Amino acid sequence: MTSIQAAQKTMTLVGAVNEALHLILERDERAIVLGEDVGVNGGVFRATEGLFERFGGQRVIDTPLGESGFVGAAIGMAAAGLKPIVEIQFLGFIYPAFEQIVSHAARLRVRSQGRFSVPIVIRAPYGAGVRAPEIHSDSTEAFFVHMPGLKVAVPSTPADAKGLLLAAYEDPDPVIFLEPMRLYRSARGEVPPGWAPVPLGRARLVREGEDVTVIAWGAMVPVAEQASRMAAEAGIDVELLDLRTLYPLDRQAIARSVEKTGRAVIVQEAHDTLGVASHIVAIIQDEAFYAQKAPPRRVSGFDVPVPLMAYEDLYLPTPEKVLAAVREVMAG
Amino acid sequence: MLELSPPFTEGGSGEALFPLWRLVDEEGRWTDERWADRFSPEWIETAYRHMLRARRFDRKCLSLQRQGRIGTYAPYEGQEAAQVGSALALGPGDWLFPTYRDHAAAMTFGQPLGRILLYWKGRYEGGIPNEGRKIFPPSVPIATQLPHAVGAAFAERFLNTPHVALVYFGDGATSEGDFHEALNLASVWNVPVVFFNQNNGYAISTPLDKQMKSKTIAQRALGYDLPGIRVDGNDVFAVYAATKAAVERARSGGGPALIEAVTWRYGAHTTADDPRRYRDQSESDRLREKSDPLLRVERILERLGRFDAEAKTRWLTAIDAEIEAAVREMESASPVSEADLFRHVFAESPDAPA
Repeated sequence: MTSIQAAQKTMTLVGAVNEALHLILERDERAIVLGEDVGVNGGVFRATEGLFERFGGQRVIDTPLGESGFVGAAIGMAAAGLKPIVEIQFLGFIYPAFEQIVSHAARLRVRSQGRFSVPIVIRAPYGAGVRAPEIHSDSTEAFFVHMPGLKVAVPSTPADAKGLLLAAYEDPDPVIFLEPMRLYRSARGEVPPGWAPVPLGRARLVREGEDVTVIAWGAMVPVAEQASRMAAEAGIDVELLDLRTLYPLDRQAIARSVEKTGRAVIVQEAHDTLGVASHIVAIIQDEAFYAQKAPPRRVSGFDVPVPLMAYEDLYLPTPEKVLAAVREVMAG
Repeated sequence: MLELSPPFTEGGSGEALFPLWRLVDEEGRWTDERWADRFSPEWIETAYRHMLRARRFDRKCLSLQRQGRIGTYAPYEGQEAAQVGSALALGPGDWLFPTYRDHAAAMTFGQPLGRILLYWKGRYEGGIPNEGRKIFPPSVPIATQLPHAVGAAFAERFLNTPHVALVYFGDGATSEGDFHEALNLASVWNVPVVFFNQNNGYAISTPLDKQMKSKTIAQRALGYDLPGIRVDGNDVFAVYAATKAAVERARSGGGPALIEAVTWRYGAHTTADDPRRYRDQSESDRLREKSDPLLRVERILERLGRFDAEAKTRWLTAIDAEIEAAVREMESASPVSEADLFRHVFAESPDAPA
């Protein structure tokens, strides 16, 4: 049996990341993958499995520990014509490289007026919910969204993981690519074959609804989906947006939906204070103020350090907490 | 009873392992005559004129700052031999990664003076390298440029080019993690990068003995199994010879090296700094009478019959004309606009005002 078009394949989110990396390295001989344990070991989550065997140690590089050093080196590599894709083992370990990211990766283009640029992708698993050790569960995307010169993508499905990673690779500027680790193997879905980038900056309409807009990204999308189903049973029609990219942010999609429903609940895993959800509330005030029937609500992680694993279920937003916020805005 | 103790290796041998290497002493005498033939009279004159140009430019910048025509400025007077000698060792396709105090190196490597002035005037144009030159914008966060140089060197080797990277940093930078991470990465990857340290004695107010217990920076090379050398940073001949050897070694696949150039900053950290608060400036003045990097080259040129008051005046006239043209270029730059803020933040800006 033959088919002209390769069929969609069902795969996990981490499998989709892996497929995208294979496609990138196959397509571009200047693309390289580097990070801790990404080579022989295939990455601690197996996201880089098979790359070392296929593309060799010159292109799939096990670095020494030292995030600042190898992110800084990736900046130099990118400025000199390579396309480095850097893995930070967990987002909670990116902080030594923070200076390199915000003071150099984000600014080299403007500081050299376009003579040098930093087309790198920095991938990092993020988030809680997998009973990981201390510091392995942070969700500090707001640090990077705040910094001009960076783009930030957060997929929630295998198809988007692949498509957004291809788009991040194609992007001429640095992209922080956050992979929800609790969805790595729990999210399974159809993934388009071949080179199928998903453009940065466009939200995905997960479900249409009339009563309330729920906005989420990354690991909170399945939580919001479950809350939407629970709301439907209670007769509330939720419209669910998966932002997919936090910078640039799809302001039009947010405005359009809230104009329609008049109500908004934003769900984020991150701490509440100055999280991305607060900025989305600001956008709603800018773009859809007069359409609102109730004040928007945020469902966030608490303003406490991401706790040790014994407490993480208490810390994380749950479908029940999202549903409670949905009921609140419906009553408002 | 026999005293037993585990066989620790003691530290403290840095100065013995890395003696200060110089080719020309303060009186302009060769320490090793065999090296004299390696430097043609033309090369010596070229090196000297670069140093003279660098010094003249530095003083002009101090005066422009005092007149409010540029912003806060970081002078390098005293470090001309270190910067000129090292930059002269590069080939046209090589990389130069300067800090904010290394514009003598950048200008020697081809960065136009007008663009350097624009940098100190706070203009983004100051970060644009001269056409065909791979010069990074000056790095301000300390030591952060070292990993960039390692990455650029990696890329050059990956792309099978013969190019190398030369990266500048000061004594204070060696306390930063990026210094150690960069040396380690370069060593593990064996990439063509030369780490060029200017040990000028002070990190703003902090003297070397508060920065480190070790007596030398060169000895840090041992920890990463790199070749290292400590040279008299006010001896342009030693600086050039060491850098050239390290650059050519890297170019031919020999990997990275660390050079410590021992020098002295005659002036302040920046125009916002008053060094009298933390050091005896008369000590600095006495030091310069002896160690000024230009004087010993003048003595050699004199003996070669290539230097006298008339020659110096002639050279300075040409240098001053170039500097004045650069000042005019800086001051005739078109005024900045709001659109400039958004240009080049991204390849395509999502946020530029319509």
